[in-house]
Amino acid sequence: MSERANNNLLYLNDVNVSFDGFKALRGLSLVIAEGEMRAIIGPNGAGKTTMMDVITGKTKPDTGDVYFGGDIDLTRRDEADIASLGIGRKFQKPTVFESHTVWDNLQLALSGKRSVFAALFHNTDAREQARIDEILETTRLGHLRNRLAGGLSHGQKQWLEIGMLLAQDPKLLLVDEPVAGMTDEETVQTATLLRRIAETRSVVVVEHDMTFVRDLGVKVTVLHEGSVLAEGSLDHVSADQKVIDVYLGR
Amino acid sequence: MSHFFLRALDRQASLAILALLVLAAVVPALNLLTPPGSALHLSTFTVSLFGKYLTYALLAVALNLVWGYCGILSLGHGAFFALGGYAMGMYLMRQIGSRGVYGNPLLPDFMVFLNWKTLPWFWHGFDHFWFAAIMVLLVPGLLAFVFGWFAFRSRVTGVYLSIITQALTYALLLSFFRNDMGFGGNNGLTDFKDILGFDIQSDATRSVLFAASAVALALGVLVTSAIIRSKYGKILIAVRDAESRTRFLGYRPERVKLFAFVVSACMAGVAGALYVPQVGIINPGEFAPANSIEIVIWTAVGGRATLIGPIVGALLVNAGKSFFTGWLPELWLFVLGGLFVAVTLFLPRGIIGTLAHGWSGLRQRRASSSAETGTDAEPRLPPDMPAGSKYEPAAAE
Ligand SMILES: Nc1ncnc2c1ncn2[C@@H]1O[C@H](COP(=O)(O)OP(=O)(O)OP(=O)(O)O)[C@@H](O)[C@H]1O
Ligand SMILES: [Mg+2]
Repeated sequence: MSERANNNLLYLNDVNVSFDGFKALRGLSLVIAEGEMRAIIGPNGAGKTTMMDVITGKTKPDTGDVYFGGDIDLTRRDEADIASLGIGRKFQKPTVFESHTVWDNLQLALSGKRSVFAALFHNTDAREQARIDEILETTRLGHLRNRLAGGLSHGQKQWLEIGMLLAQDPKLLLVDEPVAGMTDEETVQTATLLRRIAETRSVVVVEHDMTFVRDLGVKVTVLHEGSVLAEGSLDHVSADQKVIDVYLGR
Repeated sequence: MSHFFLRALDRQASLAILALLVLAAVVPALNLLTPPGSALHLSTFTVSLFGKYLTYALLAVALNLVWGYCGILSLGHGAFFALGGYAMGMYLMRQIGSRGVYGNPLLPDFMVFLNWKTLPWFWHGFDHFWFAAIMVLLVPGLLAFVFGWFAFRSRVTGVYLSIITQALTYALLLSFFRNDMGFGGNNGLTDFKDILGFDIQSDATRSVLFAASAVALALGVLVTSAIIRSKYGKILIAVRDAESRTRFLGYRPERVKLFAFVVSACMAGVAGALYVPQVGIINPGEFAPANSIEIVIWTAVGGRATLIGPIVGALLVNAGKSFFTGWLPELWLFVLGGLFVAVTLFLPRGIIGTLAHGWSGLRQRRASSSAETGTDAEPRLPPDMPAGSKYEPAAAE
């Protein structure tokens, strides 16, 4: 209980999820501090995406606690609620609104009222415009603002999705495999961008790319078969024989 | 609020609305102000026939709002149309007064025939036009609200949703067939005499009804355009394309859909209310599942998710229907079915969608050829983000 309240933004304790008898998460416990950036690694099927599904309300855990900001029980909230609480998510497979322009995608993500009537009578103001311009600059998508998102390259979609996360202005960002399909140079840029974002909020990044994880330079959690196998600096977990056996060594 | 409608008036919407308003003025003039023998004269029959088509067009515009822009394939929109029609029919029945066959000042003929002594409670108020007008919006809107509330909240989507909308209209069909429902059973409501005190058969009344249909359709276009161009409209399309993604941005797709569904049902109700005085009858046949499917075909033919496609589709298909049913009636259903298959296979964007797409495709091609010749200032691809970068999923281990 004390751990839950102690400055911790996200608190998962003994979370279990099974799909038709298959245990995707078994006794997963994880604590993310306010302002912390954490990298999560682990082999395919380890349960990394499922963990994000649980945090964002897409999947309800069979048992276990999931708390946000100390006392908000996330297992009782739905996706829209959780998003409004300040948890943003980038999906493993980039999902942007393909028939909208880059600009519209960012506008839809922008924090603000979510009701139908507010949206009907919404007028874009200068502040909103400035905010979107700023995000376009940060994500280097400025020259593509009027392009349909469906026409972007894979890497550009990844960046647009990160931009949408920024627009949401969340307290906690969950980023699932942000550099999949990116060139080496883009990967480096993404690491820089995420580190900058993490200056003002908590970020959880799932990634297989070890160079990228090293670039982030943060505490690493290794998941395996639905629970935590090791935790610590990248050098520390890389030296762990269990981690080498199930993941790095292969 | 003023922004809301001003934003709606882009070139396409303005042109469509203007064209409809011109029709609303010119067609009655050609009917009323020209001598019957003249080459310019439009017969009252033609005026009413096209008035009917315009109400179908409004119905297609209504369906397009939910199907085209939000991906809700309703196969029950005929029900909202019919309910609006019944509300108007009830007003027209009460207007008959003691001029019915049985001469009962209070009860419509079919109630006298069934030996009813008093007017059922739900017929009260329909002697006032304003009351009926409210019901034209309220009854379909309320049904859509209740139905949508449960369906969207339970996250029923796709084919399942289509099937239950079809079940909805079928259930209404069966109930309205029953005499004890109090809506005239099998025969429905007919033998109308006048509307707002004017003879419903007169040329002038027919012309005014035509004009009212054109204006209502123009309003339908205006409302649709205003909705689509608002931020809500963008959310609507986002829900259509990636519903679950909108949830993770904090939106509630069930509410987004519900609003569009209710607005659409109200539009369909208005269409039905204008349809009934022009065809002179409303009966349970209007609830037939096949009617609702026809609306989908009109919309698909004209082009869903386009502003004027549904209007074009409704007019063309119904003109075709009038032509074929006069010429080879037994062939019509095959033609309709064939048309739907052909459009689905060869023209998935519909007529207007294909034209619009072809136009913007042409413009893009022109733009890119100018980029090749170096006349385009903006580089097409950023050097730091090659479009060629491919996604290679992590190899399964
Ligand atoms: N909805 C579901 N139904 C059934 N099984 C599922 C479902 N979602 C995930 N799983 C299973 O749960 C396990 C964990 O999946 P998860 O997607 O969380 O892995 P991951 O660590 O994200 O893997 P990757 O690195 O490949 O993305 C996998 O074996 C997967 O097949
Ligand atoms: Mg995953």
